[in-house]
Amino acid sequence: MAAKILEKRQLSENVFKMVLEGERIARKRKAGQFVVLRIHEEGERIPLTIADADPEKGTVTIIFQVVGKSTAHLSDLNPGDTLLDLVGPLGKPTHIEKVGTVACIGGGVGIAPVYPITQAMKHAGNHIISIIGARSKDLIIMEDEMKAVSDEFVVATDDGSYGFKGFVSQALEEKYLMQGRKIDMVVAIGPVPMMRAVCDTTKKYNVPTVVSLNSIMVDATGMCGACRVSVGGKTRFVCVDGPEFDGHQVDFRQLIDRQRIYLQEEKESYDHYCSCRLGKGGN
Amino acid sequence: MDMKERLAIPRQPMPEQDPKVRARNFDEVPLGYTPETAKTEALRCIQCKNPACVEGCPVQVDIPGFIAKIVEGDFIGAARHIKKTNALPAVCGRVCPQEIQCEQRCVRGKKGDPVAIGRLERFVADYERASGDVAIPEKPAPTGKRVAVVGSGPSGLTVAGDLVQLGHEVTIFEALHKPGGVLVYGIPEFRLPKAIVAAEVEYLERLGVKIQTSFVIGKTATVDELFEYGYDAVYLGTGAGLPTFMNIPGENLNGVYSANEYLTRSNLMKAYKFPEYDTPIVKGKNVAVIGGGNVAMDSVRTAMRLGADHVYLIYRRSRAEMPARIEEIHHAEEEGIEFHLLTNPVRYIGDDKGWVVGVECLKMELGEPDESGRRRPVPVKGSEFVIDVDTVVVAIGAGANPLVQSTTPGLETNKWNYIVADEETGQTSREGVFAGGDIVTGAATVILAMGAGRKAARAMHEYLMSKK
Ligand SMILES: Cc1cc2nc3c(=O)[nH]c(=O)nc-3n(C[C@H](O)[C@H](O)[C@H](O)COP(=O)(O)OP(=O)(O)OC[C@H]3O[C@@H](n4cnc5c(N)ncnc54)[C@H](O)[C@@H]3O)c2cc1C
Ligand code: SF4
Ligand code: FES
Repeated sequence: MAAKILEKRQLSENVFKMVLEGERIARKRKAGQFVVLRIHEEGERIPLTIADADPEKGTVTIIFQVVGKSTAHLSDLNPGDTLLDLVGPLGKPTHIEKVGTVACIGGGVGIAPVYPITQAMKHAGNHIISIIGARSKDLIIMEDEMKAVSDEFVVATDDGSYGFKGFVSQALEEKYLMQGRKIDMVVAIGPVPMMRAVCDTTKKYNVPTVVSLNSIMVDATGMCGACRVSVGGKTRFVCVDGPEFDGHQVDFRQLIDRQRIYLQEEKESYDHYCSCRLGKGGN
Repeated sequence: MDMKERLAIPRQPMPEQDPKVRARNFDEVPLGYTPETAKTEALRCIQCKNPACVEGCPVQVDIPGFIAKIVEGDFIGAARHIKKTNALPAVCGRVCPQEIQCEQRCVRGKKGDPVAIGRLERFVADYERASGDVAIPEKPAPTGKRVAVVGSGPSGLTVAGDLVQLGHEVTIFEALHKPGGVLVYGIPEFRLPKAIVAAEVEYLERLGVKIQTSFVIGKTATVDELFEYGYDAVYLGTGAGLPTFMNIPGENLNGVYSANEYLTRSNLMKAYKFPEYDTPIVKGKNVAVIGGGNVAMDSVRTAMRLGADHVYLIYRRSRAEMPARIEEIHHAEEEGIEFHLLTNPVRYIGDDKGWVVGVECLKMELGEPDESGRRRPVPVKGSEFVIDVDTVVVAIGAGANPLVQSTTPGLETNKWNYIVADEETGQTSREGVFAGGDIVTGAATVILAMGAGRKAARAMHEYLMSKK
């Protein structure tokens, strides 16, 4: 189904937010699920987490970082433009339950997918500690939204330009776990090295940790296996068995390798797009 | 022409692209009969009173009937004649295993070669399409009943076409962004041009079938929600789209694909046209494909066309047991595919960046027959050897995608999670829910999926008309 772009906002240098028309998806979606979109006939199928949705207005919000050709192209589109296809909601919803204290950790553009989960966890009656981080202050997104659904809130930047200086995993350890604070569950979403660092930390303190994996996908309905990853020694399909898994069981090394399969092609495609864009006199 | 002369005509060869040239392009391999060769071939049919060929056809196409029209030069009439029983002749003429169906039974095959029924079927269907003279039957009186068809493979397309012509309002829900099922995502362009599938789909749309792509039943809406939306009956034709892996070490290395992924990237996403199309595919220099069916043949031939230097087909039994169509095995050989028969992979070897660099195999020998009647391959001790590869495609079969089954309470499935449905009617354990094609039988053929659709359409019509 085609979907119109209703709003667009730039959240940081490379991160954009878009509100899309998607009535059915908006009504059905639950925290943790994603959509797949295709911009045009030659386009690839792009999976993106649903950052928010408004069932009344029938809209779906996506937040994405420009990392290659397809996301660059997406960021060049504007309200009024139409995406060729939008399908969802895909993946298993997050298991939402009252467990006590939940630390919701988002790194970089990973703050976007952690937001709806934080919201749902808060709604279920949990005490929420949010820790969001990025390389520097200007890359922190959704600070107000996250604050609004948190009981305690920490910002961390690698360079110390804002809040805690260091990684989110360090903030979690130094500010909470080392202090003996009891945390019943951690949800961590962000770049793979960040999720791995959080998991290494929480393993030491025996805190159950859920991560959301962004592996390469094609159909995103369980048909191809492009998204497969080892969890606890078993092969799982991220698109239908996930995207969330027990972080202590995930083979992050394999995930990192598999995310790099098309590194060269992605660069080629991006360069191709940039030269076309220049050729067309675009900006 | 008298009978003796007719019997003397040799089977007309199919003109094909030269193997050396075609192994590097994605254009269709067989070029098709001309009207003259079609007429000549049609004359070989002796118009049997009790035609054995028809019995060999899963949907009982009136084969001598359409061939007689070719002899008369009425090619469009011939196409329409087939369409009374087979809605997709341009597809079936290309991909049906005629050598084990109609052509295997043809009396002419007892002494010499059978009539080239598949090629004739393909010819008339192409002729009709090219002429633009595709008949749209008159709109039937609406029954006021609404039917949801899940999946747009050959099975779903057949059901939709039949039911819309009986006056029902039909909507197809398809998970992917393009309708056609395996015909668009699995079978490559060089064997089944996508324009043909698109023309068939367009024809259905002209009949009034609505198609909702990018709509996943079990996610976007469940079967029960379809009934809530006001559909009176549902047909499940979701296919056998779950990839199977062997669960041997190294299968998740970079460069190891399921056939579904490899073919979907190339066919549906047009990765062979990268970077014009955005979806990439690994263009391996040394590619190994594991398996011996049609899917394996499509994969080896795709790998060759993507520019490989060596493409190896690794199959654990011998050539005689290969389930692929003989024509496709033959085509693959002509295109330079290297066959490693009686060979089974035991593990994949990776480098320090997680990329596959080799496949370790065992030699096999044939032992006692197994349940399927084929001799069981048994490993030869100490016969391990390694083939250097940078890409592997695992094409050892497919299973049932559980999305619909797991979200439809009361829908009975068997131990492999295929949907249980009556063979004659497609009726499932749920009222108003019918099923057919690969999701019931397991991976089979286009024509069987269509046949199941046809039978189910009949039963669904009865069900709809008897329901208040
Ligand atoms: C590579 C390959 C080559 C083949 N070659 C041949 C050949 O030469 N000759 C031959 O006769 N047969 C061949 N086959 C087998 C043949 O294609 C299948 O038997 C046939 O397509 C089955 O038809 P179907 O309608 O049951 O399902 P499919 O064609 O599999 O179609 C099912 C459709 O349902 C959709 N779907 C699934 N789940 C959902 C859901 N939850 N919601 C919405 N939509 C859904 C899928 O996306 C798909 O489009 C081949 C198969 C493959 C994979
Ligand atoms: S069996 Fe052969 S010769 Fe007889 S009707 Fe069929 S195609 Fe013609
Ligand atoms: S993306 Fe194809 S199975 Fe997950």
